[in-house]
Amino acid sequence: MLARVQLPPAAKRGEVIEVRITIQHPMETGFRYELGGKPIPKNVINRLVARYNGAEIFSAEMGSGIAANPYLSFFTVADASGEFLFEWVDDEGNRGEEHATLTVVA
Amino acid sequence: MMATRARRRFISALAGLAAAPLLPGRQARGQEADVFASLMRQVTGGAGVAPGRVKVDTPRLADNGHSVPLSVRVDSPMTPADHVRSITLLSERNPRPVMATFYLGPKSGRAQVTTRVRLNGSQRVRAVAQLSDGSWWSGDAEVEVTESACLDAS
Repeated sequence: MLARVQLPPAAKRGEVIEVRITIQHPMETGFRYELGGKPIPKNVINRLVARYNGAEIFSAEMGSGIAANPYLSFFTVADASGEFLFEWVDDEGNRGEEHATLTVVA
Repeated sequence: MMATRARRRFISALAGLAAAPLLPGRQARGQEADVFASLMRQVTGGAGVAPGRVKVDTPRLADNGHSVPLSVRVDSPMTPADHVRSITLLSERNPRPVMATFYLGPKSGRAQVTTRVRLNGSQRVRAVAQLSDGSWWSGDAEVEVTESACLDAS
């Protein structure tokens, strides 16, 4: 699963920064049918967790009410340089992850 | 005598007709209120929810319901003593009305989350937030959706 994380290139210590992620995923609702009339099973990314230097800073439980290629934006306090790790799982059990690094200047 | 009675019947039938179109509307309104009330009970586990402190931002008019930008902001200092724990997005008309729940903490710095939602037609959406003191707050936005998300066979 392709994903894109956007962070500011650098932040001051203590600054509140915006973290954005988009994941390529159909977020299949389970209400649609194939051309032959066979229902397409529901398959959405149901859980996503964001960690910053190992500590959980944000998580989401999602359903079919979230649009395809889910986009999330949230905020966090930049307290140290380091790594953001995003992990998610969909209804079929497919897992995905994406990293991003942030540089914090004093 | 007969003519008068017939006229009275006719007039009362007319009055009934005039009142009829109002009734489904009023019933629908009542049902919608119940939708949120029962959903919120489900989310909060029966705790009371006060309106306020939560602001939901969406475009007033969405061309289609497949992807509607939605931003929630909760008025909170986001300190360890006083912060937002969770935000749940509820839809009035979606077949699965609980759209998402987001979990925040004091390290969030700002209680604001933005995403894109699917909406099955014009409706109110509600965000319900739980603060660190256990209190629940809510805010609404009204979205006019020209073409609803295709939730049926299409």
